[in-house]
Amino acid sequence: MDTIRLEIDGRAVEGAPGTTVLQAARSAGIEIPTLCYDDRLEPFGACRMCMVEIETSGGRKKLVASCVYPIEEGLRVQTKTEMVVKIRKMIIELLWPSSQAYAEEYGVTASRFKTGITDCSLCGRCLRYCAEIKKENKIYFKGRGIERRPALVEGAELSCRSCGECFTLCNSGWIASRC
Amino acid sequence: MKRVKSIADLEKLRAEAVARRNARETWLEVCTGSGCRACGAEAVADALDGEIEKRGLGDKIGVRRTGCHGFCEGAPLVVIQPSDTCCLKVQPKNAAAMVDKLGAGEGPVRDLLYLDEESGERIARLQEIPFYKHQERVLLEDNVRIDASSILDYIAIGGYGALAKALSGMTPESVLQEVKAAKLRGRGGGGFAAGRKWETTRNAPGEPKYVIVNADEGDPGAFMDGSLLQGNPHSVLEGLILGAYAIGAAEGFIYVRQEYPLARRSARTAIEQAREYGLLGKNILGSGFSFDVVIHRGAGAFVSGESSALMSAIEGHVGEPRPKYVHTSEKGIWGKPSCLNNVETWATVPHIINKGADWFCGMGTEGSKGTKIFSLVGKVKNTGLVEVPMGIPLRDIIFKIGGGVPNGKSFKAVQTGGPSGGVIPEALLDLPVDFDELTKAGSMMGSGGMIVMDEHTCMVDTARYYTNFLAHESCGKCVPCREGTRQMLHILDNIASGKGREGDLEILEELAEFMRAASLCALGQSAPNPVVSTLKYFREEYEEHIRHGRCRAGVCTALIAYEIDQEKCQACGACQRSCPAGAVHKSETEVFTIVQEKCIKCGACFRACPEKFGAVVKVPAGAVRRESAEEFALAGTSR
Repeated sequence: MDTIRLEIDGRAVEGAPGTTVLQAARSAGIEIPTLCYDDRLEPFGACRMCMVEIETSGGRKKLVASCVYPIEEGLRVQTKTEMVVKIRKMIIELLWPSSQAYAEEYGVTASRFKTGITDCSLCGRCLRYCAEIKKENKIYFKGRGIERRPALVEGAELSCRSCGECFTLCNSGWIASRC
Repeated sequence: MKRVKSIADLEKLRAEAVARRNARETWLEVCTGSGCRACGAEAVADALDGEIEKRGLGDKIGVRRTGCHGFCEGAPLVVIQPSDTCCLKVQPKNAAAMVDKLGAGEGPVRDLLYLDEESGERIARLQEIPFYKHQERVLLEDNVRIDASSILDYIAIGGYGALAKALSGMTPESVLQEVKAAKLRGRGGGGFAAGRKWETTRNAPGEPKYVIVNADEGDPGAFMDGSLLQGNPHSVLEGLILGAYAIGAAEGFIYVRQEYPLARRSARTAIEQAREYGLLGKNILGSGFSFDVVIHRGAGAFVSGESSALMSAIEGHVGEPRPKYVHTSEKGIWGKPSCLNNVETWATVPHIINKGADWFCGMGTEGSKGTKIFSLVGKVKNTGLVEVPMGIPLRDIIFKIGGGVPNGKSFKAVQTGGPSGGVIPEALLDLPVDFDELTKAGSMMGSGGMIVMDEHTCMVDTARYYTNFLAHESCGKCVPCREGTRQMLHILDNIASGKGREGDLEILEELAEFMRAASLCALGQSAPNPVVSTLKYFREEYEEHIRHGRCRAGVCTALIAYEIDQEKCQACGACQRSCPAGAVHKSETEVFTIVQEKCIKCGACFRACPEKFGAVVKVPAGAVRRESAEEFALAGTSR
């Protein structure tokens, strides 16, 4: 069984084993929004923008993050149900303003919350890029919970400035401002 | 010390251990659990040792330092065996009298016995003390009987008998079937069927397989697992070895949280001893089965108790949950099948193998079998560790065993299940303790923390406390959990400080629904529980805070003020001396008053005012008589 067949938004889609729902959807031209996803990096599953509703062949329904959920034979995926839209709107509001890219599409014009305490949305793309592609591990997360912050390894500023590849990955300009 | 190479060897060793125990006719079992130790149990044990030696009674009376007895309210505890006499609040100075009386065969010191408030009588036997009488102590009973640092003590009371039974007469399949038939559910929180988990790991492709003890007990107010691992480490180890045998694992881990140095030491000693005797290592009891265990010390993160985070931590990574659409029982540590159960679950296994699944199923309800240990704390007379059969009503635990709420206050709610659990109000106290029933009520069994709250507990403040805990103990990886708890905390802070707005409660509910649906791991999915359950049962309290700026429990400092009743004040000055802010002044009438502008609401005066006067009172912030500093200055009494 080389190809797995599933259904996304009513369309028949195929993919190789190990493909994620997000990859399968995008290869079929179905767009699912993401904030922490980067196709060069291991999926992280942190922003939850890519959540979709699935129904397994056994009839179980659940909400999953499509960037990390592997496709299964007979899976039925819906990428934009009422619940999914509700979740995405809330994420946009909670990460405001760094989530504005999707604001118009989801009809969010302002956040009800006190946000923007940190300019960084903690998507982890910079540090995953640094670790996985550059193999440098110069950036890491410091602290946990609401205290979580990105941080540079001590003394990394100079070499980071000369590399700078992650600067463009960042919506907030956090790293560039510190190097 | 000799290796135990066969079951016959083990039985021979057991006979020797029993003889050693029986060599002395009387044993003084001093609880050296964390609570008793903090109250000076070590000094008590040393004093008893000293007095016994002084009198040359060393061959008749022995002192045994045991694990937690459970009745923390009576700490430090000493139980005299074989008469099963329980002495409470023993101090080193009592040692001489205790030993004298025992030496003379006169029984215990009367003043140290439990005093029954109703009948006014002293109760000597442990089993007759109400706190113990209504319990069913399967696991905890052994804590009282053994010295945790002695494997021979454990063997003497039948320890490693289940292992011998399994290795001699049972196949791994039949051990697994026994646990499945017992319908043992995980005691760590989720209540997942342990047998099914074992089976998944056993059948999952991939070698080697691992078995893991989760001793990362981090719920505020919970100390079941710590006490069990500290007081009876070999029972956990024996359960783990049995599990490894059933599953086909050759290596195990005990993940102990950083904050449990005593439990860790106890576990380490137990592992070393088990290795020395050949109960761990190659070819255990000559069966051909080999297994060994490593201790992994946590680094202080609550979230590391979540299975995938715990396994990341063992691998050497940051303890962060990972998306697990494949269970850790199939792909856990280093991608290999890994079976994780908590301390209490593992410790239950030897009992099931010894006495059989039918015996175990004889206790509990349809969906929850056996017994469960709870740490009963908060506003309850008898705090401590209690073990009860599943299905017992919450009311029995709190009132029959716990003795109800002290100081004539009334019961308000009980918080179960740790930070991810919820509160249960008075009206639901007849709920049976059962995994499914507690979940239905909006709380959960969790690992067994039980915090009793009285009328002076504010539910907004309670929700805020737990949300704050979770906001700081979340790993912070996924948006719903990190940002959701951040915003919830912000809203709750506002409500508690009188800045709540109409619509806040609806936003809290919206956030709760979102976090449940979208969070990455169980911590985030259950993080709204404290807010949701307090909203469900105590919504009017939230509304009072928002609409009337009133905290009926008198807890939220922004909404209360302290005042001195001019009629009751006897001008003793205790309040003035206690005030760190210089806010208490002597007024023209020679009694004291509080200058509200200066008051920081620490409550020091409230506590300092002698009970017989009761002149310092809490009032709603709006109801206070505004007496400004200037007025006092004009009156010429200000200093």
